[in-house]
Amino acid sequence: MIDPRTIVINQRLSKINRIVAVSSGKGGVGKSMIATALALSLSKEGCKVGLFDLDFTGPSTHIILGVPSNVQPEEEKGLIPPKVEGLEYMSLVYFVGDHPAPLRGIDVSNALVELLSVTRWGELDFLVIDMPPGIGDAVLDLIRLVERIEFLIVTTPSFLAFEVVKKQLSLLCELKIPIIGVIENMQMDKSNCVQAETEKIGLSYLGKIPYDSKVEVSIGNPTELLETTIGKALAQIKKSKSELRCRIKQ
Amino acid sequence: MHEWALAEAILATAKQIAEKENLREIAEVTIKVGQLQQVEPPILRFALNQMKSDVFKKAKFRILKAKSTLKCRNCGNIWQFNFRKLDKAAAEAIHFVPEVAHTYIKCPKCGSPDFEIVTGRGVWLEDIKGVKC
Repeated sequence: MIDPRTIVINQRLSKINRIVAVSSGKGGVGKSMIATALALSLSKEGCKVGLFDLDFTGPSTHIILGVPSNVQPEEEKGLIPPKVEGLEYMSLVYFVGDHPAPLRGIDVSNALVELLSVTRWGELDFLVIDMPPGIGDAVLDLIRLVERIEFLIVTTPSFLAFEVVKKQLSLLCELKIPIIGVIENMQMDKSNCVQAETEKIGLSYLGKIPYDSKVEVSIGNPTELLETTIGKALAQIKKSKSELRCRIKQ
Repeated sequence: MHEWALAEAILATAKQIAEKENLREIAEVTIKVGQLQQVEPPILRFALNQMKSDVFKKAKFRILKAKSTLKCRNCGNIWQFNFRKLDKAAAEAIHFVPEVAHTYIKCPKCGSPDFEIVTGRGVWLEDIKGVKC
């Protein structure tokens, strides 16, 4: 018996120029905030952008974006992601609402395959994927199933966080998966440890985002999010580093 | 999974198998649909017939139903899923992503959402018959 779903996945993603997984080996480093702000920021520049929340057991981008509860994907020979704040937005919350989704690894894999095979994304410059923490099923499935996946890694200055993140970097390097670079979030002092360590392993250090208490207040208000240090730093990173520049298709 | 998206995936997979097996014409495709996803066989058959081309021109589609068996990881209880007990919104959500069953269905014996979908989850390509080149 053959599962027919996996074969169509790359066909479904064929109209997308770049597929960027915002990921971290460690939880609580600000992946969802950065993924959402990155998607919004690219969209503000004029790119066509999609945002896909793959953190099935702990989705949060819908809260950051303030997605109204009546927003649902359109059913048309698959599922068409609704537009939220100019982004094509897909999440498991459309199907579970505020209820918990207690999924084991095999279920995470199956739900991921299902949504990748049934979602009909439009022509996009970027699809930003908000990943769950760690190097488990979601990371391994994206590597297995999505031919053009690239990773954007988020860490904090914490020794603990970066030690875990280094394991993820090591795995991705070993598997020769493209890594756009490392973003250091919630920086509170002037230490250059993460930058030095990142560059020592031959990866691009994209920049640091200073800790900003206004980030919490911006939840549910995308315009305010872009005014926080996250929004501002991402704008600066995109200006100075070509890796995340918006190249709009002519 | 939506029936049309599903039909597209089935045809793409069957075509790939036909190429591998050197089939110039596909005579019959057997598909198994799990009860949990509540795929409508008439809609699926219609979509398959509308979308078929090339090697599928003469193909017939056999659609078999598989009962959904769930096994509780907490207490070991095994039971058959009956979607008629679910409200419409929950049934529709499971139709699109069967794994959200863990949100809406609980073990009838102990109430746990931690169960295994033993059989009858989604859609599988079971067999392809055709004429070799």
